[in-house]
Amino acid sequence: MDGAHDMGGVAWSGPVRPEPNEPPFHAEWERRAFALTLAMATPGGWNIDMSRFARENRPANDYLGMSYFQIWLAGIERLMLERKLIEADELAAGKVLHPAKPVARILKRDDVAAVLRRGGPTEREAKAPALFAVGDRVRAKDIHPVTHTRLPQYVRGHVGQIELLHGSHVFPDSNSRGNEDPQWLYTVTFAGSDLWPDAPDPGLTVSVDAWEPYLERV
Amino acid sequence: MGEHDHHHDHDHSDLSETELRVRALESILTEKGYVDPAALDLLIETYETKVGPRNGARVVARAWTDPAYRERLLADATAAVAELDFVGRQGEHLVAVENTPTTHNMVVCTLCSCYPWPVLGLPPVWYKSAPYRSKAVKDPRGVLKDFGFDLPAATKIRVWDSTAEIRYLVLPMRPEGTEGWSEERLADLVTRDSMIGTGLPKQPGEVD
Repeated sequence: MDGAHDMGGVAWSGPVRPEPNEPPFHAEWERRAFALTLAMATPGGWNIDMSRFARENRPANDYLGMSYFQIWLAGIERLMLERKLIEADELAAGKVLHPAKPVARILKRDDVAAVLRRGGPTEREAKAPALFAVGDRVRAKDIHPVTHTRLPQYVRGHVGQIELLHGSHVFPDSNSRGNEDPQWLYTVTFAGSDLWPDAPDPGLTVSVDAWEPYLERV
Repeated sequence: MGEHDHHHDHDHSDLSETELRVRALESILTEKGYVDPAALDLLIETYETKVGPRNGARVVARAWTDPAYRERLLADATAAVAELDFVGRQGEHLVAVENTPTTHNMVVCTLCSCYPWPVLGLPPVWYKSAPYRSKAVKDPRGVLKDFGFDLPAATKIRVWDSTAEIRYLVLPMRPEGTEGWSEERLADLVTRDSMIGTGLPKQPGEVD
């Protein structure tokens, strides 16, 4: 979806403000929100693309008005509400009002290390040969799906070049709706002077990682 | 703390309200049997004390001292990083990109906060912020100025937007004047930002 999360190149953002010796978390609630987000994926059963869509699919003012961990919190609340793991009246009251929904499994402390080590690899066996080869010129399609996508707006319609071929990977646009439908994944480079005709850096090259359905041959 | 508040006012707005909301949520989810609070503690402890940019610094220092390792890292970073036992979540598919006298690499995630956790830990607030996510792909030299340094005009900048599950690690250039240094000593020069591309390694005079 075209949302406030898709920030590449927007002009309104201001300077980057690094924080010296920044800690991983700035408040206790951030620690707990972070850990709840990781842990709830086990009983919840959602995947990373469902999580991303639950975070980004909201009005721009809401997205931009929240800190990053507040967005994560809003994301898991939505995912749990959609699956009736928790009800809105329970969130409002801050206590349990309905029986728990049975879940297949939860993340136990003894399983944490193994689950983190395993991660969530996204490479899958290819269904068909890759359409493009390193060096090919391709155009990023000018698409505007209302559902989840990982093709940023600033490259849409622009011509780039295939630089790397990463194999066949789970396709976020369908995975966010429960279907992995793996597709070839490429790193595609674009000339900064083409993306940003008014930009001050003529030597700039920018790449995105793009699945085959995002691309067309030039 | 004044400066801190100024930089991250979002993280402090409605703090008590959010704090209460998270506490209530955790107690609801625990009572329903969906989460094991001890597992939450371990997740937090892992990313506060075990997984962080010291891991990436060891990878870089090894690449600086062992040419065969450097080649393996550039050919297949996932496997080369796994040699040091850094594996897993948000580092399932790693690519290392090497800075040279003519090319400087910078990594961003314009769409969210994708970052190579096993080697760098959790991303800093600025990495997840609108200014970095918007400027890195358009005005990376402006970003470097925000970080307090410039690159020679002749150095080309190559920005990697992490839009998929590939995670990028910048291999910075080894500082001059470090001939004969041990891997351990070199690792002390490798900053987190130098592995994102928003900084350079420390110079030999900057460490003991």
